[in-house]
Amino acid sequence: MAVSTGLKYLKKNALPHQWCPGCGDGIALRSLLRAFEELQYEPNQVVVVTGIGCWGKADNYLLTSALHVTHGRALAYATGVKAANPDLHVVVLMGDGDGATIGGNHLIHSARRNIDLTAVIINNFNYGMTGGQQSAMTPAGRITSTTSYGNPERAFDLCALAAAAGANYVARETIYNGLALKNRIREALVKKGFSLVEVISPCATLYGPNNKMNAPVEMLRWLKEKGVPAAKYEKLTDLEAEGYFLTGKLVDKNVPDFSARYREIQLRLQNGSAGKTK
Amino acid sequence: MQGNQAMAEGAFYAGARFYAGYPITPSSEVADIASRQLPKLGGIYMQMEDEIASIAAVIGASLAGKKSFTATSGPGFSLMQENLGVAIMGEVPCVVIDVQRSGPSTGLATKPAQSDFMQIRWGRHGDQTIIALSPASVRECFTLAVQAFNLAEKFRTPVVLAADEIVGHMRENFVVPGPGELPVIDRLKPTVPPDQYLPFNFDGDGAAPLATFGSEYAFHITTSMHGVNGFSSTDPANATRRIAHLHRKIEANRDEIVLTKSFDVDDCETLIVAAGAVTRTARAAAQRARQAGVKAGVLQLVTIWPFPDKEIAAAARKAKHIVVAEMNYAGQLAGEVMKVIGNSAKLSRVNTFNGEVMFPQAVLQAVLGAGGVAAAAR
Repeated sequence: MAVSTGLKYLKKNALPHQWCPGCGDGIALRSLLRAFEELQYEPNQVVVVTGIGCWGKADNYLLTSALHVTHGRALAYATGVKAANPDLHVVVLMGDGDGATIGGNHLIHSARRNIDLTAVIINNFNYGMTGGQQSAMTPAGRITSTTSYGNPERAFDLCALAAAAGANYVARETIYNGLALKNRIREALVKKGFSLVEVISPCATLYGPNNKMNAPVEMLRWLKEKGVPAAKYEKLTDLEAEGYFLTGKLVDKNVPDFSARYREIQLRLQNGSAGKTK
Repeated sequence: MQGNQAMAEGAFYAGARFYAGYPITPSSEVADIASRQLPKLGGIYMQMEDEIASIAAVIGASLAGKKSFTATSGPGFSLMQENLGVAIMGEVPCVVIDVQRSGPSTGLATKPAQSDFMQIRWGRHGDQTIIALSPASVRECFTLAVQAFNLAEKFRTPVVLAADEIVGHMRENFVVPGPGELPVIDRLKPTVPPDQYLPFNFDGDGAAPLATFGSEYAFHITTSMHGVNGFSSTDPANATRRIAHLHRKIEANRDEIVLTKSFDVDDCETLIVAAGAVTRTARAAAQRARQAGVKAGVLQLVTIWPFPDKEIAAAARKAKHIVVAEMNYAGQLAGEVMKVIGNSAKLSRVNTFNGEVMFPQAVLQAVLGAGGVAAAAR
């Protein structure tokens, strides 16, 4: 089988893209589009919902259907799209500001509701588009344009959060390992119910230089070293684990999704047994 | 039937099959009914985590082809404002029921008010406009819900049904219109080949046909400034056309959108302007005024936005005295009426904001006082 390229989903006349040199968004987009191609998705059967932020601009380069919305609310829009037409493949692209900070409430409720969406959250540890401010994913002690003396707050463990909230599928990969990322996104797309793929990504313009990583390649080396699978991660002490990223598939369940459960209610009502439960 | 129920039933009559909302008094009955009825109709009810998510899901569902609505009250409406801007900018049909209650903030949470007219019109940032209708009876709750969907679908815009707690919780008898009795309008869908479809058209007075996510058309809708292809654009000339069109499609069709009802205005020397439940107060006051020898009439603003300026000017032609009665302090409607009549007649305001129904006596006092100061009526 030929290697997938994802090019059939790419709006080539919109290129070159707007992302900075060394940004991970291009690799993430390619991984997403390759997964689409391998799953033989038709562009009109895919709705990509994007929020505000660097990664939220991804819809500019897509030939699928797309809905570009307000900061933090992409999951809520996507919930309406998916609930109204469960046959659609609905993918939600958010950054750590969009998906984990201003939109954190929608993330946990989407996971709890187990609505069949695939959320791909790119975590580059800061707000890239507005100049590198602290987000809910900025680790303690790190420097951003609003934490010049070190971040006094902690970051979420986003995958643990989604898992605790009830997501059917949770995974984390780094931009360094594009092939694994493509495979995780593909698994997430196929999975019924809520899926989250957290993508650890370099912001080589702001977060890197603010934290003693001055070149994109230094950031990739950092991701290569710090992104480790469970077998290796579990051998680390809690103190050692700080700064490492547990990668791979972290949750894989098959709890019925929102639309399946709602369909059951609709059918029960049509059969005239309103109010009864199993 | 209760007003809130009538609005829900009107929505179903219009073909609404998706509701996403967050409970809030005095609108909650709409959610209760939607949750019970929609799954029977093959539709979807979703209870969201907040009003921000509610209107977002409504917009998403509308783009996926379901006529969609939500219901809330003032505080929830405030939370919906940013995403209502998305529906305006993206030209996505949807209906928001705002059962107005006392404020500011939590205020007298279960009590009526008409203090959201201006937040409905101006509460969002940016250069935008909106349609709002206000029912004065349970029957109008039903018929205007249908009309709200018709306008939303025809003009690809959000429409607000600006009810108030009195109408929302009022119970009245009316004959529910049978199928086909009221017109039901569905959005235009594209007929061109998929590679030629443009989701927007900035020329002319109407809205472009709207495709459905999942149909043969792959298309983009964005809340950012965009060209007719739905992709973002920063071109100043394009931005000028985009914004002007959003306004023009409402302005150019205002005669079709603006509805008013007149009661004894032909010979009236005193015209009472009112909306929603206060219309009933005003009509009672006008009757008593006529018994007292003052030729009073009532103009009900069924459409609040766009504002019925021409209709007010016509009804006020012979009037020497205009009385604007409304349940808010600042005179949100009165200020707009003032813009219409200028110095051509005397204008009095009757404003109540105590959480109670406005009584006819307050309006009558202003009518008979022929210049009664607002404070007197308060």
